[in-house]
Amino acid sequence: MTTMPSNKPGASDLLPLWARYRHGHHWRTKDEEFDACKLGFWLFLTTEVLLFAGIFVAYAIFRAKFPEAWAEGSKSLDWKIGGFNTVVLLISSYTMALSIYCFQTDQIKRAQRLLLITFFCGLAFLVIKLGFEYMPKWTGYFMAFDPALSHYSANIDSSKAMLGGLLQFVEGYGGKAPGTWFNYAFAESKQVPLWWSVYYSGTAIHALHVVIGMAMIARAYVRSFKGHYGSGHYTYVEITGLYWHLVDLVWIFLFPLLYLIH
Amino acid sequence: MGSAAHNHDHGHGHGSYLTPKGGFMTTVFDWATTVDHKKIGVMYLFAILFMFFLGGLAAIAVRVELLEPVRVAADGVITGQLFAPADQKAVGPGNEIYNRLFTLHGAIMVFMVIVPSIPASLGNFFLPLMLGAKDVAFPRLNLLSWYIYVIGSIFAVSSIILGGVDTGWTFYTPYSTTTGNEFGRVIFMVMGAFILGFSSILTGLNFIVTVHKLRAPGMGWFDMPLFVWAVYSSAIIQVLATPVIGITLLLLTFERVFNVGIFDPKLGGDPVLFQHFFWFYSHPVVYVMILPGMGIISDVLSVHSQKKIFGYRAIAYSSLGIAAVSFIVWGHHMFTSMSEVAGVVFSGLTFLVAIPTAVKVFNWISTLYKGSIALTTPMLYGLIFLFLFSIGGLTGLPLGTLSTDLHLHDSYFVVAHFHYVMMGGTIMALLAGMHHWWPKMFGRMYNEFWAKVGAITVFVGFNLTFFTQFFLGTQGMPRRYASYIDEFQIYHQISTLGSLILFLGFVIHFFVFVASLASGRKAEQNPWGGLTMEWEAASPPTEHNFDHEPLCKHGPYDYDTTVPPGWDPKDYPIPAENLKAAKEAH
Repeated sequence: MTTMPSNKPGASDLLPLWARYRHGHHWRTKDEEFDACKLGFWLFLTTEVLLFAGIFVAYAIFRAKFPEAWAEGSKSLDWKIGGFNTVVLLISSYTMALSIYCFQTDQIKRAQRLLLITFFCGLAFLVIKLGFEYMPKWTGYFMAFDPALSHYSANIDSSKAMLGGLLQFVEGYGGKAPGTWFNYAFAESKQVPLWWSVYYSGTAIHALHVVIGMAMIARAYVRSFKGHYGSGHYTYVEITGLYWHLVDLVWIFLFPLLYLIH
Repeated sequence: MGSAAHNHDHGHGHGSYLTPKGGFMTTVFDWATTVDHKKIGVMYLFAILFMFFLGGLAAIAVRVELLEPVRVAADGVITGQLFAPADQKAVGPGNEIYNRLFTLHGAIMVFMVIVPSIPASLGNFFLPLMLGAKDVAFPRLNLLSWYIYVIGSIFAVSSIILGGVDTGWTFYTPYSTTTGNEFGRVIFMVMGAFILGFSSILTGLNFIVTVHKLRAPGMGWFDMPLFVWAVYSSAIIQVLATPVIGITLLLLTFERVFNVGIFDPKLGGDPVLFQHFFWFYSHPVVYVMILPGMGIISDVLSVHSQKKIFGYRAIAYSSLGIAAVSFIVWGHHMFTSMSEVAGVVFSGLTFLVAIPTAVKVFNWISTLYKGSIALTTPMLYGLIFLFLFSIGGLTGLPLGTLSTDLHLHDSYFVVAHFHYVMMGGTIMALLAGMHHWWPKMFGRMYNEFWAKVGAITVFVGFNLTFFTQFFLGTQGMPRRYASYIDEFQIYHQISTLGSLILFLGFVIHFFVFVASLASGRKAEQNPWGGLTMEWEAASPPTEHNFDHEPLCKHGPYDYDTTVPPGWDPKDYPIPAENLKAAKEAH
């Protein structure tokens, strides 16, 4: 499991760490270890799918019970933001896959660049999610450069602007918060808070997975500079990729369910 | 064993895994950071036995409370409350303590004892050995899951220090989202169960990969011991079911902390959805509890009767069958909260479980037929398992039948039923396995006579405790009540007496094991004449398990064609010549 550099001085010191990688003592070969790690990680991904299954089941049941609330909730989401975030994640999945390919073919510099792009795509997703979606819905404050602000120009209360006008307050927009903090006065259906419960539970747990994925990518990025990954050994990058694709895939399901269908 | 000083200098893994690495602190550090599946298995075993002790104390407290019904005399004096605060004016507070005690008992026994019990302790130790592997697939993950288990247990137990939880181990909403607000006690308990789930998932994942990838050369799927098949099947359930309880408990926590309302009827949420989610995990997990036990029984019955297991493939497939069926029967926990059609469907599906289970029981009994049965303690526990588990299984049928369940549900009949399955099944199998593998794990024999005395005491105590509860249940005594009508008192007294005898039985076992560790006779490599691969290793095994690359040359139960490796039958409880004669007759 751990990388054990050889103690003997000599030619082997010139080899990168990945070429000197020694597999765990309980494996017969390095390939067997690699296969097992992948199998184990696929099993872990199964558990992730089942975790999100709970949210999807709750969504389906309550959607069938309260279609009006679901329509109202989904109309208050902006499909353009969700769609943009979908594109961001799809791009990041592409760069992630390409990065693994580059490690496999020893194009280390390019692989590192692609990892970095993936990481920043994840960051962009989070910024959009928190700054352009959660914050306005929760508090009523929009960022001044948010394009959506133009729809509400009539309701902007500039006396409540914050951070030197960077945050603009839209009257009557906020309050679509989870649970206790829900105070959106214009809700037509009694069960709209339930829709927001499902929305926030689902997207927040997904966002947490984005953060975990970014942490894994960051670790791979840092370690790649020490020469841990190359054509002979890239297990960790591979499973990071698997995880990142799952994060992407969950969003691919959340996006149409929450934003597109009414 | 070899001399400790001689071995530890080499550090190449040829000494016993128990050989200390140095001084006290060094040894503690070595165990705390070990990635050796054997040490982790032993640490799990002790942690689980400790939790079993805690949960057992709560159970005894519950039984003692039930010795007398709670009564308020005309002058306001309250009798029959064991734990009531002094000068109590109402029965409420005393009964609440009772509620906390049974919740504590249930939560500890389910989440911290029975679910991890066999797979995490004996499974961790013997699964790699039985496969001829040096370790599980992911040794560091294995250590991590032990620490997660400890952290989860600390979370759960800390809720007791903060005052205890009275929701029952099932945490049904909306009660669990509104009660116990002080210090977030319910959250601590729920988060404890959530964290323990991770431990369970990681162990299961590790085992599945180990079975797929680390079998010794020559070992096909149908050369694996049945214990491995059983642990494999339960690992599948662990991986597939546990995440669902994860999201359920997470949503329950969200509901408590943020009021999100997915299970809150005030907001349009649905408490029955919680029950569906909860049982979608907690029913399959019943088979996580029992399947490894069934695996132990398959092995123990075969080894201690020196006879090839009857219907190897049928037992192996029935393990997978139980795992598959386990996912479609959860609705039988909620017959009264769903439509009649759904009730009928779930009732029918529930009966499906009886088929693979009966396949196993019949095969075990056929294995014993004409075997050279040696009444060792493991065998004794194997027979006790067959007896108790059959009662537990058969009493499940009236609970799965809609018309009878209407009368029996939420009564002591249910309590008796699942104790016969969980305790009479899993815990008896754990004891069978502990005695069977004790010589291998610690290199010491235990005192056969006193172990048998313990086993018989446990058997008598168990039946006194729980068989009476079938009568209580059929006569209408509801579960989870601190008080009852006078007619029930005699049953409750017998049951409490039984629980104390049961406790005595465990105390005897405790001392037998301690005496074995302190001064037990050194165990030979293969004391029972087993054919599975763990008996090819030394007793206790060396750090790298085998001194040679193991090769699978015979089936795990080929007693008619193979001489068990390293076996000296002179110390075996039945004379060697009888055994030989039996083999020839066969």
